[in-house]
Amino acid sequence: MEHVAVWIAAFLTLGIISFLYKDNPWYKLSEAIFVGISAGYWFVVLFWDNIYGKFWVGVFPPDVVDEAGNFVSHGVPDYALIVGAVLGVLMLARLLPGVGWISRWPLAFIVGCTSGLYLMNYFSSNIMRQVQGTIIPLFGIGYGASVYEIIGNIVIVGGTFAGLVYFFFSKEHRGAFGATAKVGIWVIMITFGASFGYTVMSRMSLLIGRIDFLFGDWLGLIK
Amino acid sequence: MRLLIHTTLFLSVFIFIGSSRIFSVEPSPQVQADTLVNTADTVGVSVAPVTSLLVDDYKYDNGEQLNLSWVPSIDDQLIDGKVSVYRVYRITNDSTRELIAELPPGSNSFTDKNLNRHDTYRYIVAAVSASDDEVLSTTTEPVQPQREWINFRRGYLFLLALIIGGAVIYYIQSARRGKKLFVRKIAGLEAVDEAIGRATEMGRPILYIPGILDMDDVQTLAAITILGRVAHQIADYDTKIRMPVSRSLVMTAARETIKTAYQTAGRPDQYSDDMVSYVTDEQFGYVAAVDGIMVREKPATVFLLGAFFAESLILAETGNSIGAIQIAGTARPAQLPFFIAACDFTLIGEELFAASAYLSGEPKALGSLKGQDVGKAIAMIVILVGVIAVTIGNAWDVKFMNDVKDMLTTIFSTQ
Repeated sequence: MEHVAVWIAAFLTLGIISFLYKDNPWYKLSEAIFVGISAGYWFVVLFWDNIYGKFWVGVFPPDVVDEAGNFVSHGVPDYALIVGAVLGVLMLARLLPGVGWISRWPLAFIVGCTSGLYLMNYFSSNIMRQVQGTIIPLFGIGYGASVYEIIGNIVIVGGTFAGLVYFFFSKEHRGAFGATAKVGIWVIMITFGASFGYTVMSRMSLLIGRIDFLFGDWLGLIK
Repeated sequence: MRLLIHTTLFLSVFIFIGSSRIFSVEPSPQVQADTLVNTADTVGVSVAPVTSLLVDDYKYDNGEQLNLSWVPSIDDQLIDGKVSVYRVYRITNDSTRELIAELPPGSNSFTDKNLNRHDTYRYIVAAVSASDDEVLSTTTEPVQPQREWINFRRGYLFLLALIIGGAVIYYIQSARRGKKLFVRKIAGLEAVDEAIGRATEMGRPILYIPGILDMDDVQTLAAITILGRVAHQIADYDTKIRMPVSRSLVMTAARETIKTAYQTAGRPDQYSDDMVSYVTDEQFGYVAAVDGIMVREKPATVFLLGAFFAESLILAETGNSIGAIQIAGTARPAQLPFFIAACDFTLIGEELFAASAYLSGEPKALGSLKGQDVGKAIAMIVILVGVIAVTIGNAWDVKFMNDVKDMLTTIFSTQ
């Protein structure tokens, strides 16, 4: 049975890779199987994780028992979860003609809550920590840092400041302000260049993983 | 009728939330508990026990932490200390005790984390000699972690949010009064009209990919906001839009957005639910399907706006291979290089969020953008002042400068 699974996996892997040549029936078959199975898989996962695991168990919690299986106490139900369930059911209102607009309520709830929750998180991580991390000494008599550290600190402070200038939308990028913004975009691009190389290497490891599967698990050429 | 249903729904949700709070009243806070040295339970006496063990609630958290403090063993305070380690034991509800931490000599406090606010906890701290003899303190009284609704440690964060929020409101009101708010040009957005026009001329569809995260991601929200403007123009030009998505909620939000755009453009009859289709939540399953759509339908324009991960380059390269104009944007730094390499225009980070304001020109969106610029201006000024203060303070030990640095560090602390 395991051999059959390996053969199917190899067949579908090659089907997906065949897209490199051009769109073809083999790719279409692999794509359809991939999409269909994954959609079904996620339906099951989300059902058991959310509807059963979070909602049902949360509202109707099982009794607490000790290691010997003796009753200890009743579980504490979390009735607030019913609010989420009601909002979820309201999403289905769009299937009913005439009251489809009710489905906008849960959407508005999600979008509003998300904005509010993330506001402070982003504020904290993107502004507060960034500012705090950039307040560092550039140089100094009693500082005792090496030349490389001093250059590094200047790059951090200068790069952050110039980057902020680039993302300032209320002023045209002209004159000294424009020059600083240009420095900012250069810093950003150099960072992206380094990130590109780093990420490409991690993608190579994904490719190696698949080749390892084909030549190892499937063909047995790699021991 | 609709207003009545709205009001009833709103009141039901409100009353339900209120009642759930009433019915789940927390037990009253436990009094701090301490231990007595004289009653210490000892096993093989070799070192003195810790004294004055206190446990109290960690303030301003979600009811997940408790603070322990104690006076170290007298044998730990001598120069030739005999204590090799302190062991902290936790007793949850009425279960057996569990070792949760081993702390080095000299320790006099510990914060127990990841607790459940519905449980009660008791603690014992053991002083351990070099020969591994434990001397236990008495067990503390049971204490329950408490949840606080407001985190007063983040007072400065709140103040800064108020300043920026105030600036947003001020600019929104200014825009509503008719004041013209300037926003500099964003290259990627200048190309939106051109890209939609090109698709219209070629008679090919426009493909819109809103990333692979759900509606609880701010990048997806930005993508859906931009979609409103793009869809309006598509409706105007009577072009086709194709939008495969990987999340059901995004599908619903996108359909609503496009439908509204078509209604606003005066072409509600042209709208169809088929414009937006759910594919799968699976990342690479979604990518396989989108790649297939790209090569089969050959869209003239591809929008890749939202949160992307490993699929960014695969999608952008496929779009590039079919000769589509590609406008991409994400706030994920690791994916931006790929978009910059493979797409015609890229909205970098914040530009994605500024895009909706820039495109719509609505007072609310513009005011929000200008308010954020106030935040950036504050950050730039603080960085400048802070760096000067810390550099001079370090170099010449100037007290005033050190005070300025300390003040800024305190204000911008996130603890």
